[in-house]
Amino acid sequence: MPVIANGDGAKVWMRRTTAADLTAWFGWLAGVALTVLCFQFISDQTIWAFVWDAPRQAADLLDRAFPPRWSYANQLWRAMWDTINIATLGTVLAIAIGVPVAFLAAHNTTPSVVLARPVALFIIVASRSVNSLIWALILVIIFGPGMLAGILAIGLRSIGFIGKLLYEAIEEIDASQVEAVTATGAGRAQVLAWGIVPQVMPAFAGISVFRWDINIREATVLGLVGAGGIGMQLQASINTLAWPQVTMILILILGTVIVSEWLSARVRHAII
Amino acid sequence: MDAAAAARAWRPPPLIEAAWLRWAVYGGALLYAVLALGTLEVNWTRAAEGLERGGRFLGAFFPPDFVTHWLEIEEGLLESLTMTVTSTVFGVILSVPVALGASRNLAPMPIYLFCRGLIAVSRTFQEIIIAILFVAMFGFGPLAGMLTLAFSTIGFMGKLLAEDIEDIEKSQAEAVRATGASWFQLLAWGIQPQVLPRFIGLSAYRFDINFRESAVLGLVGAGGIGDTLNSSLDRYEFGTSAAILLIIIAIVMVCEYTSGFIRRAVQ
Amino acid sequence: MLVIEGLTKRYATGDLALDDVSLTVPKGQVMALIGPSGAGKSTLIRCVNRLVEPTAGTIRLGETVLTALGDRALRRARRRMGMIFQEYALVERLSVMENVLSGRLGYVGFWRSWFRRFPLADIEEAFRLLARVGLDHMVDKRADALSGGQRQRVGIVRALMQDPELLLVDEPTASLDPKTSRQIMRLIIELAKERGLAAIINIHDVALAQQFAERIVGLHAGRIVFDGPASDLTPEVLTTIYGEEDWSATIRKAEDDDEDEPPAVEAARIAAAD
Repeated sequence: MPVIANGDGAKVWMRRTTAADLTAWFGWLAGVALTVLCFQFISDQTIWAFVWDAPRQAADLLDRAFPPRWSYANQLWRAMWDTINIATLGTVLAIAIGVPVAFLAAHNTTPSVVLARPVALFIIVASRSVNSLIWALILVIIFGPGMLAGILAIGLRSIGFIGKLLYEAIEEIDASQVEAVTATGAGRAQVLAWGIVPQVMPAFAGISVFRWDINIREATVLGLVGAGGIGMQLQASINTLAWPQVTMILILILGTVIVSEWLSARVRHAII
Repeated sequence: MDAAAAARAWRPPPLIEAAWLRWAVYGGALLYAVLALGTLEVNWTRAAEGLERGGRFLGAFFPPDFVTHWLEIEEGLLESLTMTVTSTVFGVILSVPVALGASRNLAPMPIYLFCRGLIAVSRTFQEIIIAILFVAMFGFGPLAGMLTLAFSTIGFMGKLLAEDIEDIEKSQAEAVRATGASWFQLLAWGIQPQVLPRFIGLSAYRFDINFRESAVLGLVGAGGIGDTLNSSLDRYEFGTSAAILLIIIAIVMVCEYTSGFIRRAVQ
Repeated sequence: MLVIEGLTKRYATGDLALDDVSLTVPKGQVMALIGPSGAGKSTLIRCVNRLVEPTAGTIRLGETVLTALGDRALRRARRRMGMIFQEYALVERLSVMENVLSGRLGYVGFWRSWFRRFPLADIEEAFRLLARVGLDHMVDKRADALSGGQRQRVGIVRALMQDPELLLVDEPTASLDPKTSRQIMRLIIELAKERGLAAIINIHDVALAQQFAERIVGLHAGRIVFDGPASDLTPEVLTTIYGEEDWSATIRKAEDDDEDEPPAVEAARIAAAD
């Protein structure tokens, strides 16, 4: 009770009681202590001489990185095309698998709460927990280096994303509309098609485009582990310390990401 | 079908009104699909072998081996976790001024453009690319990873928080201004209460993301469990890899559950 | 006490919201500002405390020329003008007490306000005013847990906490039911009288304006088209303010519903001469 009557009967107001105040201060103290401790750990692993040297290193790096090697762009168009294809095809794959999974996972559409739902939820969690680069790392070992590993990595990571957001959207639909369609005597599939799908369509389109946009960014680095796309050139350029080429690649990535972000914003705007 | 019946026939209106545009979109999509699949460079024989290899590979994952390289796993985990904590704290603290600067309703134009530019750069490049540059500057180790994640956190939090600040109820802020409050009091009384729940929710969410990302930064030498995972895969010690993956999944689930709980609690 | 001379406001969009408005509100007078939507009522009171920057004209509050103040001085001047809002404009996630204390923000420093360490006198005053409006049992409720009428009472207390000389009241009853509207209007008038405050009340309900205000100013398209006592409000006057309509029922209604003595009626004729 923040309102306390003091000795002479006058009421005193405080935001928190003294105990709550102490708890709050203690919480802040614990947070700060934890952060300091963690930083201490990191600091122990750091060679600080390198860090103090960083401004010089950065200047040196910039010096070597500019001007970009513009002519190198000619060798990059193909890689960029591959990158975009990895993102797009991966997204398509993820939609194909993620959508049914979402319907299995949503409380109001799942055929079985005991069986199908936990399996669907597990697929979603497993897919989301593993970064697409780790997926790529594993898939490259299985399928060998190349775009296939990249597409599958993007697809596997995106299933969870699309599945999770879509099943949340399905669970949030207006039940009365579904009831109304059911009341007409529609069958299960008809209820799905007329009562539920129209309601989640905008969310679905938004989620897909959003994920595609994210996937473009992710696809640019998959090449670092050999899964195709422009990351392969990036890796090669870094390994040979060809910094003007790195700059060129980064400029190209920047351009592509800006275009894809603009495109996805346009599409989402058109849908909603 | 006679004319009267034809007039009464009904078909749903197409999604795209103009017929030429509709066909252009369909045609474009088809053309893209053909081109994309046509230029797909996949070594199908290698891929077919892969299925069989995959089976053996998965077999090698079991049983997960937590014991043999536990010291390395522990080291990697500690690096990942400390990186996550510090980068989230520093990133979140630094994102506040950036978000204020990136809110059109608070900041003057030059500051607005500068902050928006910073956010755009931080969001464009994948963490890994930033990590490569930071490793080149600061040397190998978790410090580069921490800085990378803090930098991405600024972009993420800055953008979403700025959107939230731009969406506040103006009347509440106006009422605080009308009492004669200073600019900082306006922030603390008119704006902070409105955005605090989302701010806490986003921070918790970002903590979650930072842990996931910390698990891959090791691939480019920025410290963390990813390094351990990568070397175990290189050495074909798949049991250890499986153990690391399971630990990552478990921690991500704990983080996600906790951040979900925090977000619900502050709503 | 409040003197407005030649006040003009043209928005960046080119709309002329106020066109050469001159107005004097003496100490202790309650004035209702009526007019159709878009006539400039809101702009007028926001120009007074400069939430909206006037394009031309001067506004004086006592000796202070409000229109010439710099940032700091403006904030000090705002303390002297309490504002009550349409839709209450409480900071919804703060408690009733915090909302009330936010009226003292102009008086305390940042860190004191951050740690909620307000002077004891402020807190006593807050309790006294909350008791006055019948909300002392809801001190630690969050503002969004209150009903409309309760919220507006908190809004009134917040304005009074500033210890103002002038109340700027923007559509205080716009989102309230008729009974609560009357209670709120009566409360504002009573409190203004108790403390001898001048008040400018924007209101679109003509009947309420007539019932409670001593003086009525009619605004049409940014210009003053009527200024006089409530009793002078004839159908012809309403037509010049709002346009052609059958006004007879509106005016009679105000006289009919007047079952409990409004505090303003007596004073109305006297003040109208100003």
